[in-house]
Amino acid sequence: MTKEESKNGSDDMLIDGPKQGNVIPDGFNPNYLKVYYGRLFPHADIFKWMSYGNDGRHPACDKSYFGRREFSFTLDNDIYLRFQSFNSESELENSIKEKCPSKIDIGPVYSVDPAKRHAYAQGGDNVFAPVERELIFDIDITDYDDVRYCCSGADVCLECWPLMTVAIKVIDTALRDDFGFDHILWVYSGRRGVHCWVCDGKARRLTNEQRGAIADYFRVYKGNENSNKKVSFPGPLHPFLVRSYTEVLREFFEEKLLLSQNLFSTEERYEKILSMIPDESVTSELRGKWQENRRSSNSKEDINFFRWEQLKNTLQSGKQKVQGLRRCVEEIVFAFTYPRLDMEVSKHRNHLLKAPFCVHPKTGRVCIPIDPKDCEELDPTTVPTLSELLRELNTGDSRMDVDNEWEKTSLGKSIRFFRSSFLQPLLKSCKEEMESGYKAKIQQTKNSLSW
Amino acid sequence: MEIVRSQRSRTNTPNDSVSTLPLYRYAPQLEVRLEDFEVFAMDRLRVLKGISDALARGKRPEEMENLVRDLWKANMRHPEASEDVNKDIISHFVLRLVYCRTEDLRKWFLSMETALYRYRFLLGSSEAKRALMEEFDLPCKAISRTEFENAKEKLEQVARSFDQPLPTADAIFYKVPFEEVPELVAGRRVYIHKGHAYVAMHQVVSLVVTQFRSNLSKALILTNRKWTSTIREQEKDRLTPIVEALSMSYLGPDYSQTKEFGEISIKDLDQLARSSFPLCMRHLFDKLREDHHLKHGGRMQLGLFLKGVGLRMEDALAFWKAEFSHKVGAERFDKEYAYSIRHNYGKEGKRTDYTPYSCQKIISSTPGVGDHHGCPYRHFSEENLRAALGRMGVGSRAMEDVVDKVRNRHYQLACTLTFEAVHSSSCDAGINHPNQYFSDSHKILQPKNNNAA
Repeated sequence: MTKEESKNGSDDMLIDGPKQGNVIPDGFNPNYLKVYYGRLFPHADIFKWMSYGNDGRHPACDKSYFGRREFSFTLDNDIYLRFQSFNSESELENSIKEKCPSKIDIGPVYSVDPAKRHAYAQGGDNVFAPVERELIFDIDITDYDDVRYCCSGADVCLECWPLMTVAIKVIDTALRDDFGFDHILWVYSGRRGVHCWVCDGKARRLTNEQRGAIADYFRVYKGNENSNKKVSFPGPLHPFLVRSYTEVLREFFEEKLLLSQNLFSTEERYEKILSMIPDESVTSELRGKWQENRRSSNSKEDINFFRWEQLKNTLQSGKQKVQGLRRCVEEIVFAFTYPRLDMEVSKHRNHLLKAPFCVHPKTGRVCIPIDPKDCEELDPTTVPTLSELLRELNTGDSRMDVDNEWEKTSLGKSIRFFRSSFLQPLLKSCKEEMESGYKAKIQQTKNSLSW
Repeated sequence: MEIVRSQRSRTNTPNDSVSTLPLYRYAPQLEVRLEDFEVFAMDRLRVLKGISDALARGKRPEEMENLVRDLWKANMRHPEASEDVNKDIISHFVLRLVYCRTEDLRKWFLSMETALYRYRFLLGSSEAKRALMEEFDLPCKAISRTEFENAKEKLEQVARSFDQPLPTADAIFYKVPFEEVPELVAGRRVYIHKGHAYVAMHQVVSLVVTQFRSNLSKALILTNRKWTSTIREQEKDRLTPIVEALSMSYLGPDYSQTKEFGEISIKDLDQLARSSFPLCMRHLFDKLREDHHLKHGGRMQLGLFLKGVGLRMEDALAFWKAEFSHKVGAERFDKEYAYSIRHNYGKEGKRTDYTPYSCQKIISSTPGVGDHHGCPYRHFSEENLRAALGRMGVGSRAMEDVVDKVRNRHYQLACTLTFEAVHSSSCDAGINHPNQYFSDSHKILQPKNNNAA
């Protein structure tokens, strides 16, 4: 005990008398981070992931691969260190432990080691440019502020968080079924959103134009403060939108969101929905009904359900032959529930994104992976925080013979999930790709080419 | 390709393939008569100009398909049917020579040949299409009947979402990795499944066309190099004059006959300028009234236009004299300027009756300092253009559309939109000639004038 104490000088307060008075106040500070990076952060897993199989002994391995990846560290005093690169797992780990960044971002794999970028011109033959980068998505709940009434800005609660769940379901299904991607990692961003990392080889090699195309494929909401109607379907829906609507969005809107956000309960709120209907006769008819019906005789049924049904009936009654009303119901549902992506994040290969397992400075919460098949289970209010983890470390059974200390804490579950659901299948696939690519290359050099 | 003076041409084409749509990969190993050289090229040029006009008018794809079929039939048939393919190939390569010489010419030729290729491809039989797809070496595979049945519902959904006809039982669809068709993916114009996009024939054509375009673009640069370094000089007595003349030809009505709408008198000019002149001529006219002078380019452009409008020579002389006298005096006018006006009317020199300039010619002219000719949509700053359009009575909504066309360098479309805005009437034909603008305007306004009286 004494030896340990003297070794971890500044950590005294945490290790001293583990079972008594385990007071670790909530918070986020360099001391906590130091312990986190020292004992909990999964350096080895991040390294293995970022190597994509190139850390092995296979002759096809590219030894330079990991060293060409950009990392960037945000230090305590808002100092931002870009173009950090490392040649081995220990280099990465030591640098993180030494610098204790409050945030770690991951960038692309470049054509050359980012540390040597100044030797290369921007154009011409010797170029410093991204060559591989995961396809990434960033969904932030503040982009939904115009349709959630429970919170705004950085706040998030259990009433509005399901919007993120819905976004994950829609996008994840499309990435797998439509685009054929398999190795997808969803991560809680630590406060108010989610990130997505698509790591298939095909995805990493996409050009900016192709990424833009995928982002546009996902784009439905086109609005700013100036337009009332931000979702517009001039014609019948594309199969992707149909699936999203019938499998996820409609049910979510009608059974959850209507109620949790009380979308029709006040004049201000129902006016917002009425403004999405481009037909005066319909809106005035509905307005008329709702203005007088303070409390209708159907007081059993929730007012939101009731008014939504009225709206649907009026729109679909067929009395209205006006163009542009045919898909009004879908437009409203999509306006409230369809995922709103940050286009710029996805379109450019050199965009940096926060690494999983970082701790969010403002909330202290860890950016843990989310299982897309089980995403309703994620409760942003109970995601492990830094101080909670440190408490768990302290109260953990010191006799437990574990390879990793995180197994003693709630982080264990997340890391195990990361490994079994994401990392292992990914590495297996990388190995297979590498081997088949190598075999093909050998075959090619055997066949003599005439030109 | 060997150009000979008289012999009959002999056919020996390595490019002959099942489909009648050639790839234009190599200049054919043929002997071509000099007369055919020019005639074939002019016939093909008529087709390309027809396409150009139609595109400027905003014709829908179905209309374009029919138009191309008709244009091709009308112009590209050879008396000996077996020679059709040769005429196709020869005319294409001759026009490459003609249109490789400047960036603008290359751009125009590339656009028109690509459009032509697209619609000829679409007009071809399924067998021809498949064969051509293979020649182009594209990463796509036609889907089987079963695959089609399985995906049918989704394919129909996609078609409906774009108001397209539903795919029939024998419709051909191709499976392409989605990375190959980013535009279609971005617009949600295709059904995608497990990384493959299900591309309809009319969309697959865009893959073919993209490759065709890219190949032709590179070829034109090479042709230009060869032209500049060797051919132009070598052929300066034979092919070069023909090549240079071909690029300037305008193939529509030349407005040298004015009998249609009677004659215009001087006193009508001011009012006509306000109501029926296109912007280029209105600008010249206003400047003439303002400065009592125009430089040579402006005199030619406006003078010939007025001739086409129906101004008799005597009236033209009186008109220009009245204006120029303020500046240079009547005597100097008679001495220095009257001659060229008579020249324009074919009464002097070699007595050629000069034809009024077409839009193409006007757009490609380069006004210098002190000049007011050329196409204002091309040369005016946006600010000046907006002011000028405002004076013509173009509303703010239309103005934005016009400015948008200008930004995309569609000057004739901009003029067409202006016409439509000023006359509150659509101009399906699109503006190709200032005199056409005038006569169309006259047609619209004339009955009104009669009624008003």
